[in-house]
Amino acid sequence: MATTSVLPSEFADLEPFAGWALQGERARYAKRIESTMDELQAFYDAAFPRTQAALDYLDQFPLDELPEDAKHLLWLYCALITVSFPVEAWRQPRVPDSGASSIDAILEPVI
Amino acid sequence: MPHYTKPAEGSWTQHYPELGTDPVSYDDSISPEFYELEREAIFRRTWLNLGRVEQLPRKGSYFTREMDAAGTSIIVVRGMDDEVRAFHNMCRHRGNKLVWQDYPREETSGVCRQFQCKYHAWRYDLQGQCTFVQQEQEFFDLDKADYSLAAVQCEVWEGWIFVNFDASNTTPLREYLGELAWGLEGYPFDKLTQVHRYRSEIGANWKLFIDAFVEFYHAPILHSGQYQPDEAAKVASYGYEALAYGIDGPHGMVSSWGGIAPPKDPSMVKPMERELRSGLFGPWDHADLGIDELPPSVNPTRHKNWGTDSFVFFPNFMILFWKPNWVLTYHYWPTSYNTHIFEGTAYFVPPKTARERLAQEYAVVSFKEYGLQDANTLEATQSMLESNTPVKTFPLNDQEILLRHLHHTARRYVDEYQKTTLVGA
Repeated sequence: MATTSVLPSEFADLEPFAGWALQGERARYAKRIESTMDELQAFYDAAFPRTQAALDYLDQFPLDELPEDAKHLLWLYCALITVSFPVEAWRQPRVPDSGASSIDAILEPVI
Repeated sequence: MPHYTKPAEGSWTQHYPELGTDPVSYDDSISPEFYELEREAIFRRTWLNLGRVEQLPRKGSYFTREMDAAGTSIIVVRGMDDEVRAFHNMCRHRGNKLVWQDYPREETSGVCRQFQCKYHAWRYDLQGQCTFVQQEQEFFDLDKADYSLAAVQCEVWEGWIFVNFDASNTTPLREYLGELAWGLEGYPFDKLTQVHRYRSEIGANWKLFIDAFVEFYHAPILHSGQYQPDEAAKVASYGYEALAYGIDGPHGMVSSWGGIAPPKDPSMVKPMERELRSGLFGPWDHADLGIDELPPSVNPTRHKNWGTDSFVFFPNFMILFWKPNWVLTYHYWPTSYNTHIFEGTAYFVPPKTARERLAQEYAVVSFKEYGLQDANTLEATQSMLESNTPVKTFPLNDQEILLRHLHHTARRYVDEYQKTTLVGA
């Protein structure tokens, strides 16, 4: 059975984390706070070492002409930014002491 | 000994003697009555920023804004003559809200050639003139020329759109903004068209949240978790001193060092910052603004360690300039004495590559992470200030001068308003 891949074939190793290739910071942050630290850590451990390879791959294309799969890769790395704070600083999905506070993106670049 | 030179009086605060040095009261932030006075004295009488002209890209582009603090809704529109105008969002026939979609309380935007009321199809051109009245012959001596939309004073400075709800206001916007703003003129704001905007409902008085963003005394402590452990200890032991403060009338600014970009020692910053060459202060690789020198109000001391400047244009508009050539604005829109809507908007030179895009994303997400810490802390402050404790005044240090100035200014506007209304009575 053929499966459709979300990411460029060069990044097939990140395909298990393709669910993080979400458009919009709001969606990425929502997924972060619904995840466990183990899930965040697993994504981070897989994607972080591939950052420079992803940047080199993406920079082959002008930003406004990214193919669909490359767009997904870009969003996956936007999500890695969102996930890096719990992993590198907070040791928990939410910002410490942020309680019920929320700061929501209401306008963002399309890509 | 201070690390950075202070004025001859010995402190920034004493350089502005009208501010005093006594502990201050935050009664102005916990009282519904004082808030009602602020609405009249401040939000209905000063120039308020609504964003930039790029939000109105074409002739006929418009947006509506719900202005709770001023007690009205407005339409801001770019006319066929490219002038930006503002009107109260009300049909002159029966007072229906003129422009809205689905939910009357929600803001909307779009492009149109004219405004047409949903109720009885009265129409207005983009200059506010009434152009069509349904069954005009049924009215009694009605002259459409008498039924233009109610205009709101609207002016543009360096591409920033401001309105003033005081119909009798005679102070032009540029004069109101004063010398700090004049020293920003020429900054190529129009090149920063890559926009990220965040909104948050904050359970604190609007001034208390400005307070949180005009002092960096808190940064080494509240945000210590964002530093690598060695760096956090070092930052806390140094404490915080600004490069300079400036006050002109109701407005103020703080010029700050910082922005480890790139850091001397890469282990000082988080791994993701190293990978993406970015951080809270922005991308390490500076964007090209196409100017030889920053305008004089930005990094006014021309210090080599300069990192960011924060300007407060009274009452509720802040512009932050960052060394890597991007801008962040804050707006604080009160909805009651102890709630407001906070908006943070980042403006970047549009990225050409994914690498640049991700460096910008890192800066914006950092802003949000810090902001979430600040937001919740302020709800905690508001609840205690409102509580029935015997403590009524609080000390402010020299690095908190802009807080002293903000509360002083708000009280001064309210006092002057009360004097005029008493005289008029």
